[in-house]
Amino acid sequence: MFYREAGQFKTTYQADAAIFPIRQDRIAMAVILAVAFVVIPFTASPYLFSAILIPFLILALAALGLNILTGYAGQLSLGSAAFMAVGAFASYNFVLRIPGIPLLVAFVGGGLSAAAVGILFGLPSLRIRGFYLAVATLAAQFFILWCLTKIGWFTNYSSSGVITAQSMVIFGYTFATPQAKYLLVLAIVSVMALAAKNMTRSNVGRQWMAVRDMDVAAEVIGIRLMRAKLLAFAVSSFYCGVAGALFAYAYLGTVEPEAYNLDLSFRILFMIIIGGVGTVLGAFLGSAFITLLPIFLSTAVTFLDETLHFSIASSVASNLELMIFGGLIIFFLIVEPHGLARLWQIAKEKLRLWPFPH
Amino acid sequence: MQFFFEVLIGGLLSGVMYSLVALGFVLIYKASGVFNFAQGSMVFFAALTFVGLTEHGLNFWLALPATLVVMIVLGIVIERAVLRPLVNQPQITLFMATIGLSFLIEGVAQLVWGASVRGLDLGVQDEPLQWISDTAGINVSKFDLMAAGVAAMLVTTLAVFFNRTRIGRALRAVADDHQAALAVGIPLQQIWAIVWAVAGGVALVAGLLWGARNGVQFALTFVALKALPVLILGGFDSIPGAIVGGLIIGASEKLAEVYLGPYVGGGIEGWFPYVLALLFLLVRPEGLFGEKIIRRI
Repeated sequence: MFYREAGQFKTTYQADAAIFPIRQDRIAMAVILAVAFVVIPFTASPYLFSAILIPFLILALAALGLNILTGYAGQLSLGSAAFMAVGAFASYNFVLRIPGIPLLVAFVGGGLSAAAVGILFGLPSLRIRGFYLAVATLAAQFFILWCLTKIGWFTNYSSSGVITAQSMVIFGYTFATPQAKYLLVLAIVSVMALAAKNMTRSNVGRQWMAVRDMDVAAEVIGIRLMRAKLLAFAVSSFYCGVAGALFAYAYLGTVEPEAYNLDLSFRILFMIIIGGVGTVLGAFLGSAFITLLPIFLSTAVTFLDETLHFSIASSVASNLELMIFGGLIIFFLIVEPHGLARLWQIAKEKLRLWPFPH
Repeated sequence: MQFFFEVLIGGLLSGVMYSLVALGFVLIYKASGVFNFAQGSMVFFAALTFVGLTEHGLNFWLALPATLVVMIVLGIVIERAVLRPLVNQPQITLFMATIGLSFLIEGVAQLVWGASVRGLDLGVQDEPLQWISDTAGINVSKFDLMAAGVAAMLVTTLAVFFNRTRIGRALRAVADDHQAALAVGIPLQQIWAIVWAVAGGVALVAGLLWGARNGVQFALTFVALKALPVLILGGFDSIPGAIVGGLIIGASEKLAEVYLGPYVGGGIEGWFPYVLALLFLLVRPEGLFGEKIIRRI
């Protein structure tokens, strides 16, 4: 009844190609953004910011990057955390070695460095496909982390290999409180998500999808495979790189290369699978799910422990969490292999008819 | 030169250990097209179950079949509960399901048997064989030789099983073409259950050998990461590929660590096999013995 496009006539091509063609979508998006930018900063607690919202947004950005590569261009990658590491350490070095460089420029520089490394490790994708490529991207994961650990220049010869991110100063304002960090991350993520959405709706995105669906056919109709694939690697790594830089600057503060290990890569991959491969919305839903699930599980354990006096040994609890996490992932894949984004799609279809069935 | 050969032989023998893990991957990939990331966890699970049973007083020859039964049941349960509902889904979905599965198996294993590090003694020590040291001056570990012998036996058994038995032939038919196999009346799901059970058995062998070498601990799950470069080097769907790939990776990894490592700061065995396999794939995109895929529109 409320979600229905009846009566909304499009009279120009521009209106037809709009990002949210239905008025209700536009309103919903505006409300979400308003809540995120205005309501949450005044209401949320510091814990909520630094333990949930900031990692959620940063990992959503990384998932968005991986989704461009895996979901849109069809190149399975297991090395996204390594590209995040490149972004983080490159940004750190930009700020460290170029005095007076604006922080945002350093982030972009970090992203571009990650993009360059991404292109390098994307080159094999021109010959290798499928799982062979996925395993080959593990080479990036291990090699890059090894380089960051072994070559002292990257960590400014810190003896423990740990870097401390410089304080975030933009136009003379220091982003130090969780609120401020949250707003900065939110702004960057919003802009980049919009860019990603538009990229996937444009010529580039259609090329990627053609390559994903069948690369030989795409080549026959005149898509330059090399350009499309390497562009996907570059853009994806750029997103991951910026996310990695934010991960270091806005979330962790002090980082060692090990923070960007294979586990993180897998977590990001989980996000896009659970959220929905090949959707921008899916990156956010998946990130929310994967970020919240462990917190929810540990809260449930403490709840059992404190209120019901049903105590669980901590080793048992951690194993139970592991099991539930694995089990839920399998469950979700079985119930909805296309991810949460598809559930939302189905819900929208239902909403159009609701409450009248016909 | 003696030193070179010692490193080379040590590498080849440790490569055999990688092959053992890679075999489990290959079996499942061949028959059902699933890249089973949980193979490493199955290795861990098998080793932990075996050690746990021996701690409960079972002797070696009782614990072995008992663990084998557990692994076979595990394989069948996985086929039933995870793979059957996901039939016909894209490969990446199945891959992710097996990652979830690996969490589940690791959790169950540690929940049942505890997370402490245990030793596992197979009765063969990891010490140089006197006879070879005396005659050739090269130290070759007894344990490694035994591992190689076990691997050879396992591969022979599998080869006989695949080539000479009715089930084995059905397995190969399924591996070749699912639909054609169904059309001639091969029960696909039964075959998949068997393959997972066999992979569980292979995981048990790998788990015993790896557990005896490194101790039975959580780190055992990471042997899967050691087997992946072997897998892409040899080809996902080739048993000889897993063996040859394991030998190449094992030897080159040890040689690189000894001769190249000191110049770049060491610790290169984490990524060297991957980069080697990657370079190799640039020449042969389907690995050494992998099936050539002809791409048509």
